[in-house]
Amino acid sequence: MPWYVEALRAVVGTIVIFSAVAVVAAMFGVLLERKVSGWIQSRIGPTHVGPRGLLQTLADTIKLLQKEHVVPGNADPAIFASAVVIVPLAALLDYVVVPFGTTRWGPLVFRDLNIGVLYFAATSSLIVVGILMAGWGSNNKYALLGGLRSAAQMVSYEIPIGLVLITVALLAGSLSTVTIVTVQSHLWFIASQPVSFLIFLAAATAEVNRAPFDLVEAESELVAGYFSEYTGMRFALFQLGEYGEMFAMAALAVTLFLGGWHGPVLPSVVWFLIKLYALIFVFMWVRWTFPRFRIDQLLNFSWKFLIPLALLNLVVTAFFVMVVRR
Amino acid sequence: MIGEAVAFYVLAAITLASGVVVATSPNLMHSAIALVPTLLGVTGIYILLNAEFVAGIQVLIYAGGITVLILFVIMLTEGGTGLRVRQRNEQVAIAAAVSAAVAALFIALAGRTPWAQGAGTLPSYTPGAIGQNFLGPNLLLFEGTSVVLLVTLVGAILIARKEAGE
Amino acid sequence: MITLTHYLVLSALLFALGLYAALSRRNAVAMLMGIELMLNAANINLVAFNKYAAPGAIQGQIFALIVITLAACEAAVGLALILAAYRRFETTYVDDLNLMKW
Repeated sequence: MPWYVEALRAVVGTIVIFSAVAVVAAMFGVLLERKVSGWIQSRIGPTHVGPRGLLQTLADTIKLLQKEHVVPGNADPAIFASAVVIVPLAALLDYVVVPFGTTRWGPLVFRDLNIGVLYFAATSSLIVVGILMAGWGSNNKYALLGGLRSAAQMVSYEIPIGLVLITVALLAGSLSTVTIVTVQSHLWFIASQPVSFLIFLAAATAEVNRAPFDLVEAESELVAGYFSEYTGMRFALFQLGEYGEMFAMAALAVTLFLGGWHGPVLPSVVWFLIKLYALIFVFMWVRWTFPRFRIDQLLNFSWKFLIPLALLNLVVTAFFVMVVRR
Repeated sequence: MIGEAVAFYVLAAITLASGVVVATSPNLMHSAIALVPTLLGVTGIYILLNAEFVAGIQVLIYAGGITVLILFVIMLTEGGTGLRVRQRNEQVAIAAAVSAAVAALFIALAGRTPWAQGAGTLPSYTPGAIGQNFLGPNLLLFEGTSVVLLVTLVGAILIARKEAGE
Repeated sequence: MITLTHYLVLSALLFALGLYAALSRRNAVAMLMGIELMLNAANINLVAFNKYAAPGAIQGQIFALIVITLAACEAAVGLALILAAYRRFETTYVDDLNLMKW
């Protein structure tokens, strides 16, 4: 295709991904979180705005948009402003390789890269730089401490995620997400790799700073961690980045372990969304059930438990693939 | 063709402009943060050169790992707070002359040599070809690199940890 | 349109920037950043030669991968040394790290 058609496709795709993620992940995700947390805690959750409280996030967004935009006195304005762009951008870039379904003309994916899962791991690791910039640019000791701890946590938990991705790619024979989904048409990988699935869920929960691994941004611990000093729309963009990343991790777990868009009767996109929201419900269920880890318990859990377990899993899977199957 | 040229010039501009900020900025934090667009520009160059696996590894390790490490060390040492201290030493003029001379030498060399077009085609699925190569002809290189990584891991922990009793 | 020479010129300019940073900065971490720029310039050279001068072999990309790995190792050890030096001498400016000067 000529290069301007490709450039136009990229721009349109970017706008579509951004709007879809902003509406689905940020708005419905936050609303879902409040309703699910209310249900688990035996209360109702927001019901005032709209029918049964469904327009609550719209009201929240309008409230955030009209707040005053404060920049701390001695903060570095360039770094303070660019951190806001990097975190949601890296979270949104994850969606390029996620296959949402299949149509008559091929899989419904923005770009089926042949290094699909490697690209996903790479863009998730770019968020850490944005967090460090946000922590530093705020000129606030608590923000800096929160930023450093959050960065240490995310870097530590990228390694089990990478090892699990290698294990699944080993089984499927390719790094491309579409190939991984196609290989699962008879048996989902969650049945043959349950340990990998659990490692991935634990590491993904820590990677997006959710409870029980959310020490760095809990209100009772470090004010709000690395985004303490951000107000209004910038706060909303950080939330977009966090919830977007959570949805991206859940989408990748559906692609790698739950068979992507395979399902008997309904269209493929509907099956994908059902599985995605089931996993999101599991994430939220875990959040409101367990207490938080301390930062040293958190890092010990990754380095001393998850990484050896993931390595052992990789070795056993590789043995099985190379020796037993031949 | 034109698309490739546009992409190359845009990526080269990003890489070189950020490289200038890294090399000459008086603010150490700005230098470190400008390393990210430089490395991402180099990633784009790798993708133009059909080396997708190397591009993915570059983002994962360089932009996501080494940059974070550098930012951590800057924040943990005085580089973050000593922003009013001058960052250039007295060799600036000699350094500029030497760098310009080296660049001129390489560019002249590159322009005058008739580079021959090689035979063969690039593999279409580079991760597969790289994997076969690492476990085939270059196995010793692969194993040697893993030994180096192990030594680095142990060594960095040993060097950077606090002494017992300090 | 874009020939090998374009990539070689880009890599030469990036190398010169890295060399300037390594020679003219006082902070040890900034010198390390210059070294990383030089390694990236060498990598661009390797991969460009792989595509234009020897596309049948994959050696250029293999070499570039090994260089990235070793650059990560060297950055890790270098930064550990800088941290240890900072703990001992309270400075990261290489002018002041002159204990072994006679």
